[in-house]
Amino acid sequence: MEPDSGTASVAGAGASKRFEEREDVVIRFAGDSGDGMQLAGQHFTNETALAGNDLSTLPDFPAEIRAPTGTLAGVSGFQLHFSSRDVFTPGDAPDVLVAMNPAALKVNVGDLQANGILIVDKEQFNEQNLKKAEFAANPLTDGSLDRFQLFEVDITKLTINALNDLGLPTRTMMRSRNFFALGLTSWLFQRPIEPTLKWIEQKFKKTAALADANARVIRAGWNFGETAEMFRTAYTVKAATIAPGHYRNITGNQAAALGFVAAARRAGLPLFLGSYPITPASDILHELSTYKNFNVLTFQAEDEIAGIGAALGAAFGGAVALTSTSGPGVCLKAETINLAICTELPLIIADIQRGGPSTGLPTKTEQADLLLALFGRNSDSPIPVLAPATPAECFTMAFEAVRIALTYMTPVFFLSDGYLANGAEPWLIPQAADLPAIPVAYRTDPNGYFPYLRDAETLSRPWAVPGTPGLEHRIGGLEKDYLTGNVSYAPANHEQMVRVRFRKIAGIAREIPPTPINGAVTGDLLLLGWGSTYGALEAATRALNADGHRVGHVHLRYLNPLPQDLGDILQRFRQVLVPELNMGQLVKLIRAEYLVDAIGLNKIQGQPFKVSEVIAKSKKMMEIAR
Amino acid sequence: MSSTAAPPTLSRKDFVTDQDVRWCPGCGDYSILAQVQKVMPELGIARENIVFVSGIGCSSRFPYYMNTYGFHSIHGRAPAIATGLKATRPELSVWVVTGDGDGLSIGGNHLLHVLRRNVDINLLLFNNRIYGLTKGQYSPTSEMGKVTKSTPLGSIDYPLNPVSVALGAEATFVARTLDVDAKHLQEIIRRASEHRGAAFVEILQNCNIFNDGAWSAISDKASKPDNALLLEHGKPMIFGRQRDKGIRMNGHKLEVVTLGDEVSEAELLVHDEQDPVLAFLLGAMHGPAFPTPLGVLRAVQRQTYDEAINSQVALATEKQGPGDLDELFSRGDTWTV
Repeated sequence: MEPDSGTASVAGAGASKRFEEREDVVIRFAGDSGDGMQLAGQHFTNETALAGNDLSTLPDFPAEIRAPTGTLAGVSGFQLHFSSRDVFTPGDAPDVLVAMNPAALKVNVGDLQANGILIVDKEQFNEQNLKKAEFAANPLTDGSLDRFQLFEVDITKLTINALNDLGLPTRTMMRSRNFFALGLTSWLFQRPIEPTLKWIEQKFKKTAALADANARVIRAGWNFGETAEMFRTAYTVKAATIAPGHYRNITGNQAAALGFVAAARRAGLPLFLGSYPITPASDILHELSTYKNFNVLTFQAEDEIAGIGAALGAAFGGAVALTSTSGPGVCLKAETINLAICTELPLIIADIQRGGPSTGLPTKTEQADLLLALFGRNSDSPIPVLAPATPAECFTMAFEAVRIALTYMTPVFFLSDGYLANGAEPWLIPQAADLPAIPVAYRTDPNGYFPYLRDAETLSRPWAVPGTPGLEHRIGGLEKDYLTGNVSYAPANHEQMVRVRFRKIAGIAREIPPTPINGAVTGDLLLLGWGSTYGALEAATRALNADGHRVGHVHLRYLNPLPQDLGDILQRFRQVLVPELNMGQLVKLIRAEYLVDAIGLNKIQGQPFKVSEVIAKSKKMMEIAR
Repeated sequence: MSSTAAPPTLSRKDFVTDQDVRWCPGCGDYSILAQVQKVMPELGIARENIVFVSGIGCSSRFPYYMNTYGFHSIHGRAPAIATGLKATRPELSVWVVTGDGDGLSIGGNHLLHVLRRNVDINLLLFNNRIYGLTKGQYSPTSEMGKVTKSTPLGSIDYPLNPVSVALGAEATFVARTLDVDAKHLQEIIRRASEHRGAAFVEILQNCNIFNDGAWSAISDKASKPDNALLLEHGKPMIFGRQRDKGIRMNGHKLEVVTLGDEVSEAELLVHDEQDPVLAFLLGAMHGPAFPTPLGVLRAVQRQTYDEAINSQVALATEKQGPGDLDELFSRGDTWTV
């Protein structure tokens, strides 16, 4: 299928196109980090959401803003899995790869399914770019791509052709290449481009020339697919059966930001965010700083410590207080978290985990801060830890984190990760009125007031905010007297305080809803996970059960305290597998807490699990046990 | 400082807590506590609207002894905590108590930023040029060559000058006073309280256990007149036991001159708290060649951080209306199944 792009626009060719229905498609856009692949991916996602498919995305980009153009280090990718069925992961291996240059091809082609569709920008495969990508020979001609359906499209030339009468500089025209790829793939999978055209019109409102240019190019891409003789088949993917309701597409960080705002609103309090920019958490700061009319105050601090310090000051003053960060920031915040534990003030620490140790892999995902969140402070310092399982669930768990913090007067960890933060999925938009109210009552009555007088049920102390007459008191990081909160070094008092701090957090377990078990509720193997591995574990569980295995899946949202029913659930399965994107952290807890011989499956590559990896390990375990 | 309705008449006693004060007998902190407790009732601020925030160190025990709201936090971080508190509760009168180690070593970063942001708080830095609570190591204001437990051969760290640091951060209010000068201390506390914006006050304070006499040249009655220059806005800079010495500009430098036939009072520098340059010159002035200036070095007006952050919220609310959650949730492209 050798294309002749020079005479590609054969009139009437569109009439001969075939349509083929697919159930499930995984597409990956890859290019230089300056090629706009994230943008193309996001718009393809948006079009796909509006087409009614279920979907999941995986943006994968380098930490460098602009690595040298055309190099392997500078390759940026965006993968989208969409389907007419339920989607749990961004997909193991793409069916379609769009490679905007040789480096993008080299980095990504190994993942492409055999007979997969490979679209390349032919013109970019010149000597210079091939050298930068460390190709000895041109892969387009040396037969190394024979196992794929290769489409060599002159994306560069066709983009410039579409624009050459506008008098734009070449550099500007080149920037629109991503829209050509988007237009072409939109046609290939029959996605509506209208929402993207609308976005272009909005985005470039003030620069009509650019709006016109990008709109032209996306149409040129679509028309090329429809008219050129290169593509004989277009694919359709029917809308998925999704619960009825109103939807939007949402990333984990967007959802978390909305969850925090909603919870503050339902508590009737202002929201204060103290934060220092850090990947992949910064979007929470960006989002919240645009919600000021929701009584949201955002403070970009001089460092991580000041970010959480200011948040704690705001909590003392009676606000819903939040700090957002990633692992390196959590290390710096440890001392202030302990101060919040000692002073028993409500505070949310949103840790959007990334690969480590140290600076590690800033833009890649990992789940290796669990033990840090649980234990990464001096002395005995219990803290609730919550973890959303999907991007949309970041909303629910952010809301829940605030509720727990305010109800129990405690700092709370919200443990997300880079994959959830940047990944997107459809979100069933809730009605604000349906969200539970979070009752907050500042203490105002001086009669019988003591700063550490505890609520009989929750064991939380009263929130007496400055400005309240008659409740003047002092708190701090020195050990407190059990009742008065005055400094106390009494031995027995210290033990009593350490124990009550533990009891208070452990008591939250009363409120944790029964743990759902997906797949088999009893059987040979339990897949036990937490956080962003949800999709891979759920997809694996379904596949294994469809294959006749008795496999259950439990995904923990509450890591501290653990659900009260977890011990019983673990006993219902012959074996327990704990897949984690770390060296085995939850598995340690489970073994220590329940004396269960749980086994870990560990992947530490900055990438999420593939479903096939979980299935393979599960099968191996069940075979050995047989 | 903003305040709500004037309270019923309070006295010094209303600001004393039931906690035993546990500084070493003879510590300069006692005097500072007494003066602050004395001034508080005169400020016209309801007691419940006053908050003292501190870090770690001898000085940072201060909040436990003030019958107001108080937060004894962690080392160096009081300015950050105070920033969050004041941003969300601008009607409160927020005071930070810190020391030379807490404020200039571990918390140096936060000190700079709270000052440059001009958060409307009052920051009292007790400078005794030593680490007292950890029992006598040198501090960031200890002089070169200082022999301490951690510097047996003498300190090799060049010291920071607190007021120069504050001026470098372009603090809108910078003053220096002395623990033993009750009247001056009270006056400066009053001025700091009245200032809208971050008010930085260095209090020269004696640690009689680990660094006794660090400020004796300035604090002893006998030597003080020759070693301290009391700054007064609009007044010529005169000092000396006989009030016969003054400060004059010579080119772009300061010089000490003796008043008499050669030099008249009219030639002396007149203090101006609002002069953009003068404070820097005065801040850098020190003994033995020069007297140490005491008083308000600089007092200027600039929008406060707490005002600005809240006015953005007000402006956004005015422009966009009070946020509607349902509208917020449904932003961007949505679809109905």
